[in-house]
Amino acid sequence: MRFAALEELGRAAILLTAEFGRLASFAARVVRSTVTRPLRIGSFIDELYKLGVLSVLLICVSGLAVGMVLALQGYKSLVRFGAEQSLGALVGLSLVRELGPVLTALLVTGRAGSSVAAEIGSMVATEQLDGLRMMSIEPIGFVVRPKALAMLVVMPMLTALFIVSGLAGAYFVGVKRMGVDGGWFVSGFRSAVDFHDDVLQALVKSLAFGALAGLIATYRGFTSAPTSEGVSAATTSTVVVGSVSLLVLDYALTALWGVGR
Amino acid sequence: MEFEGRVIIRDLSCEMARGKISVVLGGSGSGKTTLLRLMAGLLEPTAGRILVDGEDITRLSETRRAAVRRKIGMMFQAGALLDSMTVFENVALPLREHSSMSRLHVTEVVDDRLREVDLLDIEDLGPKQISGGMVKRAALARAIIEGPPILLCDEPFSGLDPVSTRRIEALLIALNQRHGMTMVIVSHHVRSTLRMADRILLLLPDAIVVGTPRELLQSTDPRVVSFLDEDRPFEGRAPEVERLPVLAPRSKARRR
Repeated sequence: MRFAALEELGRAAILLTAEFGRLASFAARVVRSTVTRPLRIGSFIDELYKLGVLSVLLICVSGLAVGMVLALQGYKSLVRFGAEQSLGALVGLSLVRELGPVLTALLVTGRAGSSVAAEIGSMVATEQLDGLRMMSIEPIGFVVRPKALAMLVVMPMLTALFIVSGLAGAYFVGVKRMGVDGGWFVSGFRSAVDFHDDVLQALVKSLAFGALAGLIATYRGFTSAPTSEGVSAATTSTVVVGSVSLLVLDYALTALWGVGR
Repeated sequence: MEFEGRVIIRDLSCEMARGKISVVLGGSGSGKTTLLRLMAGLLEPTAGRILVDGEDITRLSETRRAAVRRKIGMMFQAGALLDSMTVFENVALPLREHSSMSRLHVTEVVDDRLREVDLLDIEDLGPKQISGGMVKRAALARAIIEGPPILLCDEPFSGLDPVSTRRIEALLIALNQRHGMTMVIVSHHVRSTLRMADRILLLLPDAIVVGTPRELLQSTDPRVVSFLDEDRPFEGRAPEVERLPVLAPRSKARRR
């Protein structure tokens, strides 16, 4: 009985290792395709629109709401210690260092990542990728690369938009509703947020999240079973695996950044 | 060839004659499409060799295999046209990818092909906006746009009405006669097969029968006879009438 459990564990470990190997090999093929011609700029711009522009409203509204909640909760805590003038610093640091990159990545994975997986998955199910292979067109370069690259590029932009929206929401609630001094709010934010420590960290995180989200979404779609069930499983696993991986990567990057500084 | 421990094709050795139309016939699940995908290099056989123009494609890298595929056009069962492109763009894609033709020249060549398959008037529509027969014809136009010497067709007549079936049939025969294309067609459409095939491979559950349409029609093997004779009455045990579901009278169903 004990050996059977051990066998199961071993089998699961082998399957997981094999999956990581396949993912790494897929990532290497995507990276290699980025230096291969033709560059397919038109497809890349189309994907920037689909993944980036179509996510703008979601990011703005979410950022605004998160900023407003942060300001409300922050004000309630700070006012107990008579430190409400630090609201700008609190909200700014929370948004720039952590909430901006992480929440943007989770939102984009849920909206754009799942649609990327579903689109590629349905191309697998309808033999469109095999059709490309039969025309001697490499599906990784034709389908996957523009989507993965677009995800990498839009993530920092959407993160910046999320942070700005969040700050606007926090300013509105803190200054207009709670009566915090506007000058204190802005100067608190400016003195607390450091470019190298905070803004650069946010940029690095959002780039890493963009690469990871793009890779997982395209990989899941590309390796999905050629059935409608397969497409559905690819979409679900993109959101689940993508979200968990992003949170684990977030911890790793934050810890490494602390060690490095 | 096996999938997840289930043998699909075993001990198959055959040759598709150059410049001829070979049709692979067989029932559902007999491995026809698997055989075609093996020939196209889209599947790896568990064992054995597949020679295309003398080159063993099972031993080639994906890059080298892509070069061999330039000699092969493939018409997929559901067309496999790219949803994000119009019919024109789908047909033009191989030329845009592999040739240095000018935009104008590409348009001329694509229009010629679309005229050949009688789709010139719908070239700006997407694959979702046209009928199944049109999708098949567009897929055929895309498969032959670069004039490959070999054409593989997966169920080109499935889901088509008799008129569309005859139309695709005539197109394939014309392509074979005009360009000397070697064709391998997978089908379970017996009448079309008998009309157009130079050679038939009949995949039976435990054997493979190869011959010309005449040879197969003259066969006395009961499995061959029952497969080829579509009009032969069903000889198995008929379902018991009592067990069939009782349908509501039509008038009542309408009122609902």
